[in-house]
Amino acid sequence: MTAKRIIARLDVKGNRLIKGIHLEGWRFLGDPNEYCLKYYEQGIDEIIYVDAVASLYNRDSIKEIVRKTTENVFVPLTVGGGIRTLEDATEILRSGADKVAINTAAIKNPNIISEIANRFGKQCMVLSVQAKKRNNMWVAAYDSAREYTNMDVLEWIEKAVELGAGEILLTSVDKEGTQKGFDNSLVDHISKKINVPIIACGGFGNPNHAIEAFNYGADAVAIAHALHYNKCNVKQLKSELSNHQILIRP
Amino acid sequence: MKQITIIDYGMSNLLSISRAFEKLNTKVAVTENPLEIIRADLLVLPGVGAFYDGMNELHKRNIPEAIHEFTKTGKPLLGICLGMQMLLTSGTEVQLTKGLNLIPGEVIPLPESSSKYQKHVIPHIGWSKVMVQHKNKLLNNNSENYMYFVHSFYANTTHLEHQLGISNFYDLPFTSMVNKDNIWGTQFHPEKSGEAGLDMLKQFITLS
Repeated sequence: MTAKRIIARLDVKGNRLIKGIHLEGWRFLGDPNEYCLKYYEQGIDEIIYVDAVASLYNRDSIKEIVRKTTENVFVPLTVGGGIRTLEDATEILRSGADKVAINTAAIKNPNIISEIANRFGKQCMVLSVQAKKRNNMWVAAYDSAREYTNMDVLEWIEKAVELGAGEILLTSVDKEGTQKGFDNSLVDHISKKINVPIIACGGFGNPNHAIEAFNYGADAVAIAHALHYNKCNVKQLKSELSNHQILIRP
Repeated sequence: MKQITIIDYGMSNLLSISRAFEKLNTKVAVTENPLEIIRADLLVLPGVGAFYDGMNELHKRNIPEAIHEFTKTGKPLLGICLGMQMLLTSGTEVQLTKGLNLIPGEVIPLPESSSKYQKHVIPHIGWSKVMVQHKNKLLNNNSENYMYFVHSFYANTTHLEHQLGISNFYDLPFTSMVNKDNIWGTQFHPEKSGEAGLDMLKQFITLS
């Protein structure tokens, strides 16, 4: 069987790692490559870079970060943020990324999902979803959760999977940055209906939160804050999860 | 410094594989030239994509003949992912296609369901354990052997002695690593499998 995954999520602005709260307001933390290498040495299963300003500026700095990362880090690497066209995706993959994560562009033009999946395979096409609870339903947000659609996230994900999305990066806008646990009802709601891997993102504070998310159907958890602020060590987290009978790569 | 020759036929993530070998202090040559392939010390056949397309691209460049010449020298060859699949007799992806026929067997789709599981998620993506079947020079049998997989087809090898590693896809055990004499192959991506993958590539280098 496939092991549950621990993923480090690194949001970058220019050439620096940043951390925000509720996707608003940033703090600069340092060189993303240094953080990435540290997590790799601790046994991280995967890396996700999200370029916070790519939609506003160009992507040269993220490509440079990716190039550097792949010299020393030998686990799968996903890059998201500001990828609008098949050409953008091609460039990012050529720099060494294994997958691209797409949100805004897919909302505005769902066909980009099929274009990327057909060219590079479904495993390359990660749908990034920013779920925000509104009036008793989750709606899909975009542009770093500054904008909201009226789309129900489950319906949106079902459509995207049909178009070729191979994996879902499911971020809870409400839980992001809180360290109070993942949005388990959201994870449960989506994973029961969707047959591609779900990465729960937003809210990790301690190992129990990861155990809960896995038990609710997540295939992977993405962690940002707790890793970047040294509140969590990947190796220790993994041994804790193993002790709780979660199948994990040692 | 030892040199690794990686075959370029337009269908692989050459960058990741090159980076992994560079990290292990080897010189990397990337080529589609049959003469350079025959003369290689250590040969790697990578690949991402469909069996049918892969074999077509190899034939366009007269690479299958070069690989056969190379393997007669007894020097080591490593196929990765589609590169491993193409070592077999044939594959059914897109249409029935002859492979390099270095290891007997057929490459067929992963099953979409089983009695225990109604619907399998395909492709098989993620970290799965490789259970080593024979003592060998590339991979020891230990519990740390989790490797990274991305595939929709698998190698149905016909001879047990060629089945070097087994992994599970739901309740199907499948061949995840092959070996016959100087010919080696991995369904998983050692270049994306962390230190365990790098260690395996390091062992491959020592075969020359």
